[in-house]
Amino acid sequence: MVSNPRPYIFIMAVLLALFGFYNYIIYNTDGYVAVEKLSPVAVQGQQLFQSNRCWSCHQLYGLGGYLGPDLTNVYSAEGKGANYIKAFLNSGVKSMPQFHFTEEEKEALVQYLKQVDETGIYPNYDAEIEATGWVKIKYRNEE
Amino acid sequence: MKNKVPLLFLLFALTALFLGMLFGLTASLQYLLPEFLKETVPFSKLRPFHVTSETSWIVLAATGSIYFFIASVEKFELFSPKFQLLHFILFLLTGVAIYFSFAFDYTEGREYFAFKPILMIPILIGWVLFAINYFKTLYTNMKGWPVYYWMWGTGIVFMCYHLMEAHFWLFDFFRLNFIKDFAVQWKSTGSFTGSWNMLVYGISIYLMSEIKKDTDVATNKIAFFFYFLGLTNLMFGWAHHTYLLPTQPWIRYVAYAISMTEWIVLASIIYNWKRSVLKIEKENHPMAYRFLLATDFWIFINIILALLFSIPAINFFTHGTHVTVAHSMGTTIGINTTILFSALFFIAHYVRPQLKTDTKWVKRGFVAFNISLFIFFVSLIIAGAKRSYWMYVSKEGSFAEMQDSIVPYYISFFIFGIGIFISLLIVATPIFKVLLHKIKS
Ligand code: HEM
Repeated sequence: MVSNPRPYIFIMAVLLALFGFYNYIIYNTDGYVAVEKLSPVAVQGQQLFQSNRCWSCHQLYGLGGYLGPDLTNVYSAEGKGANYIKAFLNSGVKSMPQFHFTEEEKEALVQYLKQVDETGIYPNYDAEIEATGWVKIKYRNEE
Repeated sequence: MKNKVPLLFLLFALTALFLGMLFGLTASLQYLLPEFLKETVPFSKLRPFHVTSETSWIVLAATGSIYFFIASVEKFELFSPKFQLLHFILFLLTGVAIYFSFAFDYTEGREYFAFKPILMIPILIGWVLFAINYFKTLYTNMKGWPVYYWMWGTGIVFMCYHLMEAHFWLFDFFRLNFIKDFAVQWKSTGSFTGSWNMLVYGISIYLMSEIKKDTDVATNKIAFFFYFLGLTNLMFGWAHHTYLLPTQPWIRYVAYAISMTEWIVLASIIYNWKRSVLKIEKENHPMAYRFLLATDFWIFINIILALLFSIPAINFFTHGTHVTVAHSMGTTIGINTTILFSALFFIAHYVRPQLKTDTKWVKRGFVAFNISLFIFFVSLIIAGAKRSYWMYVSKEGSFAEMQDSIVPYYISFFIFGIGIFISLLIVATPIFKVLLHKIKS
């Protein structure tokens, strides 16, 4: 059986057009809650988060490696915050190695986690689970 | 057969697979003995080594197989053998550079591509060379192109795109806006996986049509229907990784709707169960055939899991736990690796027809591999379920206490990880021998 490619080429063209349009919107759409852009210090913190591969054990919004806990809201969590974060960086714990950051670097990491924290909530305990299987998450501005 | 580059790709791929498993085993040891090795090779050093090696195994083995099929089996004259060689050399050198970059902590990149971002350039050039070679070789007339030619072409093109997209964070336009940036990061990695799946699933259809000696499986309308369904999921389905990220809700609605179309795939698997069992030509390809049967089984298991946690209400509880890891490794090992081993056996037989592949040891290894993988997979699911219980139900005790309570499952994960390593090594030994022999000759 020889397949006639024309309908397939047509479907491909339609899909590609939709994909282009969709990407355009995704790349130009901000998050649901308006938050400040990452500050230069926070960007530096993010780069440290990457260079030291913090993500390979920790998650943000549940995404990352799984050896350590999620850090999305570690900045604002009760009893945690800036000093708590710095203490862990200084001492390490269990499988987390001790890091040798300067005070400035620690501050940058804290700033990054602070700004991440402002974008939303995870785990999202107050989310509403609907009968359709949909989950309506709670946003920062609804608190 | 003059052209040995495809075989070099395959040898390189197998090396990455086994090295990668050693990294994975050492990493998982830290779940059991957290203090052990943590100052010399912490988990955070080993994870990128493991994940990058294993994704490279899939991509390299798929590339080598595709080159082999078009040039040696289908006997197309390759547009440029030089490009092919250059492609190989680029990937080999970049592979070495990536390991160096990991070893000496030049890891400015992000998850899955943790190496120095500049190393993405030779990788991209390699893909472009592959694309030129592929399309120039095959594109005389698309009439009668079986579905796997479409799939490979699509896989190559989208691979180029999504590897670039995975580095959009280098631009402030993305980077400064955390939620958008994070969403695009996970969009790109999701679609990167979709792209290699195009290559690998294309290979499985190719093998089926070759082993069955029946081209219909690759040319009928249903095959194309599933190809376009897969492509739609590649393009728009990624956001089920980010249901809990505060993106615009429509992005997640679209992903939910698109992801649910995969039920059609499940229904068709069940419906076609008996018919899909390949009957003919087993004699010539006993191991290639067995591995495809294993693929069928693993697709079935994994698709049920994936479908369930693409439902936001279920994803809510499984997200951020080892259930996700069970899915990643369940699919990369259970589906991709079995298809690629089927291809390797097919190729080994092609290179040396007198080779007896289904020896007693290889068959034992095959069985041990599937059993080990099953227990490995179940251990991860249980570990994930326990973490989820801690996160959402009991909410008691510290993170460390929760991790300690899961240790028995991490132990079985580790032991059956060793099982996967040894059994695959047994299965791969004859393939290694054939490849080395042919490359040297
Ligand atoms: C010897 C067997 C193996 C062991 C012990 C092992 C161990 C691991 C560990 C410990 C992780 C990190 C999980 C975490 O963050 O907590 C991981 C992740 C991963 N492994 Fe393996 N692995 C093995 C084999 C493989 C193979 C053969 C493949 C692919 C063919 C593979 C693909 C992956 C992938 C893609 C991830 C990333 C998961 C994610 O990000 O969700 N692994 N593995």
